[in-house]
Amino acid sequence: MAGFLLRRLVNYVVLALVATFLAFTLASATFDPIGVLQQRNPPPPAASIEAKKRDLHLDQPIPQRFVTWMGGVVQGDFGRTITDRPITDELGRRIGVSLRLFLLGITIGILFGVLLGVVSAIRQYKFSDYFATLFSFILLSTPVFVLGTLLKMGAQGINDSIGSNVLIFVGETTPGFQGNWFEHLGDRLQHLVIPTLAIALGQIAYYSRYQRSSMLDVLGSDFLRTAQAKGLTRRKALFKHGLRTALIPMATLFAFGFGLLVVGGTFTERIFGWFGMGDWLVTGISAQDTNITATVTLFVAVCVLFSGWLADVLYAALDPRIRVN
Amino acid sequence: MTTSELQFDTPSDRVVEGPVLQVEDLHVSFPSEAGRVQAVRGLSYSVSPGEVLGIVGESGSGKSVSSLAVMGLLPSSARITGSIRFQGRELIGQSDTELSKIRGRRISMVFQDPLSALTPVYTVGDQIAEAILIHKRGSVSKAAAAKRAVELLDLVGIPNAAERAKAFPHEFSGGMRQRAVIAMAIANDPDLIIADEPTTALDVTVQAQVLQLLETAQEVTGAGIVIITHDLGVVAGFADRLMVMYAGRAVETGLVDDIYQQPRMPYTLGLLGSIPRLDVSEKQALVPIKGQPPSLTDLPPGCPFAPRCPMVVDACHTAEPPLFDVDGSAEHRAACIRTNEIAATDAEGAEAAVEIFGAEVADDPEVAKIPREQRETVLELDHLVKEYAVNKGVVFKRRVGTVHAVAGISFDIREGETLGLVGESGCGKTTTLMEILNLQKPMSGEISVLGTKSSEVDGKRRFAIRRDMSVVFQDPMASLDPRLTIHDCIAEPMQVHGYSKSEINRRVPELMRLVGLRPEQLSRYPGEFSGGQRQRIGIARALALEPKLVVLDEPVSALDVSIQAGVINLLEELKAKLGLAYLFVAHDLSVVRHIADRVAVMYLGKIIEIGEVDSVFEQPRHPYTQALLSAIPIPDPVKERQRERIILTGDLPSPANPPSGCRFRTRCFLHASLPPEKQRTCIEVEPPREVQAPDHEAACHFAQVREVL
Repeated sequence: MAGFLLRRLVNYVVLALVATFLAFTLASATFDPIGVLQQRNPPPPAASIEAKKRDLHLDQPIPQRFVTWMGGVVQGDFGRTITDRPITDELGRRIGVSLRLFLLGITIGILFGVLLGVVSAIRQYKFSDYFATLFSFILLSTPVFVLGTLLKMGAQGINDSIGSNVLIFVGETTPGFQGNWFEHLGDRLQHLVIPTLAIALGQIAYYSRYQRSSMLDVLGSDFLRTAQAKGLTRRKALFKHGLRTALIPMATLFAFGFGLLVVGGTFTERIFGWFGMGDWLVTGISAQDTNITATVTLFVAVCVLFSGWLADVLYAALDPRIRVN
Repeated sequence: MTTSELQFDTPSDRVVEGPVLQVEDLHVSFPSEAGRVQAVRGLSYSVSPGEVLGIVGESGSGKSVSSLAVMGLLPSSARITGSIRFQGRELIGQSDTELSKIRGRRISMVFQDPLSALTPVYTVGDQIAEAILIHKRGSVSKAAAAKRAVELLDLVGIPNAAERAKAFPHEFSGGMRQRAVIAMAIANDPDLIIADEPTTALDVTVQAQVLQLLETAQEVTGAGIVIITHDLGVVAGFADRLMVMYAGRAVETGLVDDIYQQPRMPYTLGLLGSIPRLDVSEKQALVPIKGQPPSLTDLPPGCPFAPRCPMVVDACHTAEPPLFDVDGSAEHRAACIRTNEIAATDAEGAEAAVEIFGAEVADDPEVAKIPREQRETVLELDHLVKEYAVNKGVVFKRRVGTVHAVAGISFDIREGETLGLVGESGCGKTTTLMEILNLQKPMSGEISVLGTKSSEVDGKRRFAIRRDMSVVFQDPMASLDPRLTIHDCIAEPMQVHGYSKSEINRRVPELMRLVGLRPEQLSRYPGEFSGGQRQRIGIARALALEPKLVVLDEPVSALDVSIQAGVINLLEELKAKLGLAYLFVAHDLSVVRHIADRVAVMYLGKIIEIGEVDSVFEQPRHPYTQALLSAIPIPDPVKERQRERIILTGDLPSPANPPSGCRFRTRCFLHASLPPEKQRTCIEVEPPREVQAPDHEAACHFAQVREVL
């Protein structure tokens, strides 16, 4: 089993390289940072433009630029931005921001999504099922920025009625906040509530639909009847034998959902002023910065491949039938 | 069977007297789009301690629903009225929590499909231990429950139980899983065991093992048993009393012997008459019950069986008959107003059925009068081999083994002849069939159709040969395209082979009539037909190109018994009328005996016995054939109780790693009884097929006749 997963990991490294190379090539070929520089008013002196070109290795052919950049990456140096700041430092900070933002939201989304799906399946065609279905479809058809704005308005309403700023929906921390670590934690939580809700609600809606149908498949199965025939009550049989089996097909969804959201939350990050990876990608592209774009792409590739790997591990853990000898 | 030190309460400990289970006027209905389905309509029966009650009926008769009602396992949409008293205590209206204390402890259940009856994600041992822990939490430790689970697995005959308890269900064969389910059922020493078609999904040899195991389970627990089945053979030797169900009601009840010898309800008669008998050598007339079971949403007044009954009179349509006492005995009751007239016929059991239903024996085809050797050879297999590679690895596949699915088999089929090919699942029947239908050059050996070798033909010739050979599949539901009308289904082979439109339009209605269906139904879709009718459509399609050979892959195994008889009769009739040759693949030896002229028995990719059907069935030479035949229950309680069963141990070995020498030796009772020097012959030398009698060959070093019927 360990050998199998290790072999998979090696395949993934190759795939991640290919994805990054493509992104790097595409970005280098289309971006024109010097053009932006030249259009400045007043135009910078020719000497400094030449120096910039050299700094950005624009005098080299693209594959060579990639090799140069990749050589740095292997040593932990992701190069510098156009504005000549080290990418490596910012990368670590931004990954941290994204993780802090999404980890809680996704976890809540998975837990409650599964729960809602199960309840919905057990009470199929009853009021609670219809209600859950309606709730999910409304949320799934609401774009994130609409949901985010609505949540902001709701939070503002709550704040106004209480008369103090309990729910803060801009940024990660209050700038210049003073206090001990406990007060810092409280401040961060105040900032976290509304964005987490924005992430979790969509996730709950999404997972509950899948969980409902996978649970419905299991509900009619013979082994559930056997479990009840042994003397388990319906409820216990449903959770111990039914849910456990119905979770297997969900493993892939969980894994990829996690991997993709960490970089796919551009809107969420922008709406709530969290400067994470999603925000960075947009910043990088608009600044015509190849190094940022390639770095974020590499990160996306790693996330996706890690998700695939995680899905395999989860599958093997959940389903004895596919464990590889 | 393994003897065990396992402790069960002795049955005398029980304080409750009277019947264990008493069902009174039970009604169960479900909502459906067409209205409420009255699945069970006024059912009453009781089971005494230690008694075995057989409930017999076809699909939709309400036999399973009534048992699930006893267990409290019906969906919440079911409406249940009446009374179900277990040891004097009313079960209807009890909460799920209350019922769950009885389920698995006092009443337990064995289900039909062992493949899906166990939760795939927990080990078998854990699932059995769970059955104990649910009811004895606190008094039994987890370790003790796990130990007991191993003992139970040992008791139900799982070899190496301690090791196997750690296995997951998918690592068990079907028979082993059913054993595990039975272990679970007896874990808490119940007072009542309900077995719902416990052997239907299993091979005959495994069926015999499981039935014997149920008998053992009954002995050790002293429980009353309700065994539900559609197979009158299964219950003949096992049940004490029988209840025949039709359209949600009991139509005949009585002691087993009474019902088999003096059935007093036309439906029971029909059921008995529709089963081909393994122990009858002369041509037997099979009773087909015409029509379909009624829809249970909107039953007309009168006897529900009346539309299918050969004895129907006007009075039958006025009111539904209650159960009348037969011959003045309350033990034997039948729901038919003409019961006394049935009693007046001289014939007994199935013969009375033949008389009343007016069944006839199909004629032999003309060509059968010519001696076999002089007839044309339609299909010939000469040392056919088919192997599959077992590969490992995802990116770099490497061969790690070979599955010897078909290991050199030879037989021939002459014009107008039926060869039955029988064997357990996994013996290579289907692979053989696919090789024949594929018509490609075999890995080794030769397939010849009407004298043309498949290895020497090109694509064009191969296409032409396909006209002479057609196939009917097992599952009539899946083998017709649901989006084609019946006309298009039947016409398709003719279109492919370039028949003209007018020719097709003439042939299709003709074929419909040939298989006993009305041409007016041609514009309908397969979904509007019942299983039996669909199989007839499949047969019509197979006959469209006027083939010489029809390959039949388990053509009746998916059908109810009363429908099955009609299809078998049709096949015999067609054979006589059109001079067809059949290759009939089946696991049901009774059907094979009825329809086949010759039979070939396969085991692990080899034909171990082949010959004229009466010779093979009456004087089987190979121990495997003997075991197979002895495993098949006969629908005759008297004979059945006297029969000595040869129980084969274990399951079929893996064809990837077949035993050396004789492939059957690992399960052979004869081999086990031989002195060591003779055993060595079995281990080292593969037995050749040798002539044992005229048109009868067997592959056993120590072949000897043993009558088992």
